Amino acid sequence: MLSRVATFAIDGVEPRAVWVEVDIHPGLPAFTIVGLGDAAVRESRERIRAAIQNTGFEFPARRITANLAPAFMRKEGPGFDAAIALALLAASGQVRSEHLLDFAVWGELSLGGELRDSPGALAVAEGASRAGVRRLLVPRSRAREAALVEGLEIAGVSTLRQAANVLGGGEIPALPPPSRPQGSPGERPDLTDVRGHATAVLALEIGAAGGHNVMLEGPPGTGKTMLARRLPSILPPMTHEEAVSVTRIHSVAGLHGDGLLGERPFRAPHHSISPAGLVGGGSPPRPGEATLADNGVLFLDELSEFGRAALDALRQPLEDGRVTIVRGQRAISFPTRFMLVAATNPCPCGYAGFEDRCVCAESDLRRHRRRLSGPLLDRLDLLVDVGRPSETELRGPPVTSSAQSAARVLAARERQRARLAGTAVRCNAELTAGLVRRHVRLDGAAERVLARAYACGSLSARGRHRVLRVARTIADLAERDGVEHGDVLTALGLRQRGPTETELAA
Amino acid sequence: MSPVADACAACLHRSWLVGALSGRLETVRARIFAVLALADGELVRALGVDSVASLGPPGPEALAESARGAGLSALCRCSARYPRSLRDLAAPPAVLYLAGDPDRVLDALAGEVVAIVGARRATRYGHRVAERLGDALTSAGITVVSGMALGIDGAAHRGALGRGDGDGDGDRDRDGDGTGDSIDVIEAEAEASTPARAPTVAVLPGPPGEPYPPSHRRLHARILASGGAVSELPPGAAVRRWTFPARNRIIAALATMTVVVEAAERSGSLVTARVARELGSSVGAVPGQVTARMARGPNALLAGGARVVRGPEDVLAALFGEDPPRLAALEPPRLPAHLQALLDALSDGEGTARAIAAAGLGPSGGVAALAELELAGRLRRGAGGFEVVP
Repeated sequence: MLSRVATFAIDGVEPRAVWVEVDIHPGLPAFTIVGLGDAAVRESRERIRAAIQNTGFEFPARRITANLAPAFMRKEGPGFDAAIALALLAASGQVRSEHLLDFAVWGELSLGGELRDSPGALAVAEGASRAGVRRLLVPRSRAREAALVEGLEIAGVSTLRQAANVLGGGEIPALPPPSRPQGSPGERPDLTDVRGHATAVLALEIGAAGGHNVMLEGPPGTGKTMLARRLPSILPPMTHEEAVSVTRIHSVAGLHGDGLLGERPFRAPHHSISPAGLVGGGSPPRPGEATLADNGVLFLDELSEFGRAALDALRQPLEDGRVTIVRGQRAISFPTRFMLVAATNPCPCGYAGFEDRCVCAESDLRRHRRRLSGPLLDRLDLLVDVGRPSETELRGPPVTSSAQSAARVLAARERQRARLAGTAVRCNAELTAGLVRRHVRLDGAAERVLARAYACGSLSARGRHRVLRVARTIADLAERDGVEHGDVLTALGLRQRGPTETELAA
Repeated sequence: MSPVADACAACLHRSWLVGALSGRLETVRARIFAVLALADGELVRALGVDSVASLGPPGPEALAESARGAGLSALCRCSARYPRSLRDLAAPPAVLYLAGDPDRVLDALAGEVVAIVGARRATRYGHRVAERLGDALTSAGITVVSGMALGIDGAAHRGALGRGDGDGDGDRDRDGDGTGDSIDVIEAEAEASTPARAPTVAVLPGPPGEPYPPSHRRLHARILASGGAVSELPPGAAVRRWTFPARNRIIAALATMTVVVEAAERSGSLVTARVARELGSSVGAVPGQVTARMARGPNALLAGGARVVRGPEDVLAALFGEDPPRLAALEPPRLPAHLQALLDALSDGEGTARAIAAAGLGPSGGVAALAELELAGRLRRGAGGFEVVP
């Protein structure tokens, strides 16, 4: 006898529909799973056999074949356990099959017959919703997560027995109560925690307002990490779509299980991270830090210590907003639209530019500078020095609060959205040359300053273009349509220096 | 400007001989000065060569030819134009090869010459001081010689060549709006009153037409454009370890005063200072922090009686007595108050953020002021902050 159950595979962070078919025939007892399953899928046989027997069902001593369709697609992971087991029970007549096709089923089984906590429930729920399925059966611990998707009825079950009941027409259990919210609002990093650092805070605000990436340069222990951690608090709040996307990615990565994530992600990988860890990879391909930072902030502390390979791997994600990982004949794409903040020491000893404490030789400085790769520096629009705040500053009031800064940032973003409606561009950092020409209008004094900077060799052509984009953001923050002389000067003062721009003399 | 070819056969022969023996000279580099002072016959015997013939066919004509072909001038000891100061050496180079305009270089070497030398692994402080000295001295009409090495030498040459390349004519703003462009106007006035700079001359450990170290290729080109490079080595000669102290003696001889900016205890620049002292020339040293490794050389020289050099004024005083008249042109143009305050704070060694606060500027205004000072050529982006251009 043959029965079928709908389930889902997770390809990267995207759900894909999979049909489980189980066929039972007379013959020598055997249990085979076909359909390009990986090692975890092959091991499913043992889990399913034990789960069925331990639940009190009979494991038929006949020839059993399970197929995961479509057959050309690789199937990975233990998430198909529950679907295969229930299809098997239906095919052997132990579970009624009239309602089988109303549901999609997903989840790993333990040997004792429990549905285990499995990462990726939100992605599966999104897939189910898109496929027109109305009911989804998932492990109980993931029911709330799956319920974030609208239009689905979620049956969260703890055991195979419960699952069989539900499929047989039994009542769908109520959702479990929500767990405690994680972290109270008071603990959230806020700019009111910062004393001094006025220029760095300004740079972060400009960065947040226009989507410009920021590099913080300064001696160790001056607060670069603390500043970077506060960037998410001034970015505009996530839209519902963004929140769902972030939650889905974290769910697939096994990092989150409960409710919609409300804060933009902040990822700060250690500099020893591998290229695969940074942008994704492995077999099966898993999202990297760049994807976990999607819609949030990726912070690279000690930028010069990161491996060359890892930094080079960031080029495509920064350029395209996506990274494509090829495995055999498959190409999996992960989103990577994050704001980048980098922190670096100015030199190997860390104290260059700081009260003459630097003990590095010129060759050390050059070598240190060379480690910061050109294409990455190219993407860091803003460069700001971070120093030790003075005693007065430390005792004084904070420069601003996240709430105030976020309000300014939001207003500036609104201006950009209105101005750029109808284009594919979302913020000033993404302005193309044509859009810059159309939307960045300099007054006479501003034109002269820019022309002068360009003529005396301080700017490359690309650098000039960058200055225009940043100046546009500064004007937006001041709620002006015209870009003025002061905006251009401020943009020049905060600009990133390319490798050729710092070495004017031989 | 056409190359001068004024080298007699005997001197060319000597020049060729030294080149042919270059490998063997390497083995006696600890006594290179004494060895180079030996006459041809003794030199050959001292290096354990049986006969000159065994060194291969003589190539003096080929030398002269290759010098001509490379556009170099060649002057021998017997030539009237050979720099007189070199004759004070126990072993003056038989032939001096010269890249660049020979008239300009030889005139420059005949006037007031100061050598600025020091360590390769110099600190930011050393770089700043060397650059400022180079700039001030050539602005005052004094020729600066150095070895074009990494570190102090390079910084001295760069300062001597002047800040920036002076090519931004199109951006001069004929002020009409009365706002914020005051820098342009002030600078234009200053430019008009600055007298022409003296050139800088590099003394290389290899052929003068080829940049050594190779990473100083652009600097070399700039030096040749307004000054020149000299060497006792002809085109095709290899740079060896003995050629460094050898060229250091030339630097010491050419200069009326040798200033050591920074040096570790065993730096080659201390050799230059020793030769200068032996020749009776003035030796100056820039004091450094007593805890700094790179200050040990100069501080030791000072303890031994060298003249203290705290700035170009001390060099000028050493050369001309206590009342040097040439410093007026060195004063930089005046700046608006807020920019001057920021510049002063940065000169005092404050970090960027503190300097902005000290100048009483807000973050946005402060950053804009940094950009203005950079455009005016008074600031430069360095590691970890902004540096005041000397």
